[in-house]
Amino acid sequence: MLGLNKKDMNLLLLVAGLVIFAPFILNPFPEGSELAQFNAGYPDLMQRFVIFGIFAIGFNILFGLTGYLSFGHAAFLGVGSYAGVWMMKLLTMNVVPAIMISVVVAGLFSLLIGYISLRRSGIYFSILTLAFAQMSFALAYSVLTPLTGGETGLQLSLNDPRVLGISATETGSIPVTHFFGLEMRDSFELALGSWLFTFNAGYYLCAAVMLIAFYLSIRIFRSPFGMMLRAVKSNQQRMKYTGLNPKPYTLAAFVISGMYAGLAGGLMVSMDPLAGAERMFWTASGEVVLMAILGGAGTLIGPVLGAGLIKYMENILSKINSTILHEWFAFMPDGIEDVMVTLVYPFIGKGWHLTLGIMFMLVVIFLPGGLVEGGQRIARLFRRRGAKTDDSGAEQSQNTPAE
Amino acid sequence: MGILEVKGVGKRFGGLQALGDVNLSVQENSVHAIIGPNGAGKSTLLNVLVGKLIPDTGSVMFEGQSVLGRSPHEINQMGISRVFQTPEIFGDLTVMENIMIPCFAKRDGSYRLHAFETVLHEKELVAQAEQILIDVNMIDKREMHAASMSRGDKRRLEMAMCLVQEPKLLLLDEPTAGMARADTNNTIDLLKEINEKRDITMCIIEHDMHVVFSLAERITVLAQGTPLVEDIPEKIKGHPKVQEAYLGQAHG
Repeated sequence: MLGLNKKDMNLLLLVAGLVIFAPFILNPFPEGSELAQFNAGYPDLMQRFVIFGIFAIGFNILFGLTGYLSFGHAAFLGVGSYAGVWMMKLLTMNVVPAIMISVVVAGLFSLLIGYISLRRSGIYFSILTLAFAQMSFALAYSVLTPLTGGETGLQLSLNDPRVLGISATETGSIPVTHFFGLEMRDSFELALGSWLFTFNAGYYLCAAVMLIAFYLSIRIFRSPFGMMLRAVKSNQQRMKYTGLNPKPYTLAAFVISGMYAGLAGGLMVSMDPLAGAERMFWTASGEVVLMAILGGAGTLIGPVLGAGLIKYMENILSKINSTILHEWFAFMPDGIEDVMVTLVYPFIGKGWHLTLGIMFMLVVIFLPGGLVEGGQRIARLFRRRGAKTDDSGAEQSQNTPAE
Repeated sequence: MGILEVKGVGKRFGGLQALGDVNLSVQENSVHAIIGPNGAGKSTLLNVLVGKLIPDTGSVMFEGQSVLGRSPHEINQMGISRVFQTPEIFGDLTVMENIMIPCFAKRDGSYRLHAFETVLHEKELVAQAEQILIDVNMIDKREMHAASMSRGDKRRLEMAMCLVQEPKLLLLDEPTAGMARADTNNTIDLLKEINEKRDITMCIIEHDMHVVFSLAERITVLAQGTPLVEDIPEKIKGHPKVQEAYLGQAHG
């Protein structure tokens, strides 16, 4: 179906199920309970999960398949964001043109940067992309202030022309983003017992786009083009002597992943029409590298998992403070409680980066294939235990690349 | 006129004249061997033929077209394939994928954005790839990771990758280097079969005289960047100049 084999179709359906039922899955704890702070099922965070999922899926097409490590991908996300906001300022608050222009502008920008950066490979390529991204950040932050809003960022105002829309609502406020009339901030709340589930229009738009993006990435992975990209990573010398020119393949991968980043940027401003230069800062580029590696670079689902995990930690782990810690360890004797809180404290709140760093180290050292490899190992363990009597069979599937 | 005509090719690296005035004519459907002591310029010559090096002087014509100034992938698309001294394969990919890549390169040229096709839906190419794997006796390894195979298998795979492109000229750089005698004989048989059944012209660089004399129809002897003699194997064997180049002068 849809040109996918059964295994890929199941993966797509699994991801579709996860994003459609995310408001339930991410809100497993009843409101008001102590564990409710671990609930991630609020619209703002759910949107971020899928948007960064798209960003990571795109990054993985470049890094996972060709092995070219770009350290400047946030630049494309930033450029996409600015383009999106400008579309809303000038044309309409409908998100569709904004998202489209984001993808196009990011694609053109990545064509330019990719064309220059891909003259080198390995560490030099990474440094070139990093340099370009930092240049873009500096320009957006200072010189290009009329275009980017500089320090304050680019935001909508009541004086925007908005040719196909209205400059201001009747009540004199800035109009909100919508999808052919459906407002992105529209939410439907469902209370079941003491559980509260929120279904947000913006989230479901992002989720639909993310599913399309994921589907396209599966198609690319299974296509001759995807195979050529893996050939680029494996042996460029052999590729050249097989009559293939690695350059255009790599550049195409770079532009496609740049467009994915632009798409993520466009969606971001569709949810919250504000674009700032910090979105292009090198730490933002580093974050998507972490997502891909943590989840499993070169796998289909890995980057999505990585994006989800990092965004969850960033938003949930960072909310925990020492008061909450004291509550957790309250059952212990006073002296030990204080010791425990002191021990755990550096890893939570603002220290969530420390936890992330340790996790990253553990994954790189023990699970070079990321969380996906971890999952595969566990699955294999179970399969071996279950099928000890009829051996073979399980061995065959171990070598299947890029699941 | 041969399929490959090398005329007056010279290449200098700093103070070293790697190739002098090399003239070489490879006849269509023949097996032509290039031999010579270490440092004779055999590999330099091969690198000129595949576009890795551009010579300072001379011309290289393949089927009446100049190959000079073209990049390796363009020269491959003209019909010249190369087997390396140490097998160059796509180690991270499966054996089948290793074969599918040259199939696509042959059909689609050096670049095509075929992102919405599916590799395994190209029935014709899959059949072609399976056939070549049967021919080189590797069909049972089709799902194996190429990097995990033995060196001999890697070389057979590389050969199969070249053959599936149906090149007009196959360049082999010491195809039996580091092989056991039994493997060497298998390779000789495979190459003989290729030459007879598929009408592929071959140009072999080789150290192993056993291989050279069992395969080659003509032999060029290179020494210090210039061809000493070119003749049929029987005459090369006893040629005084060849003995001199390999063993040094008899009365030093």
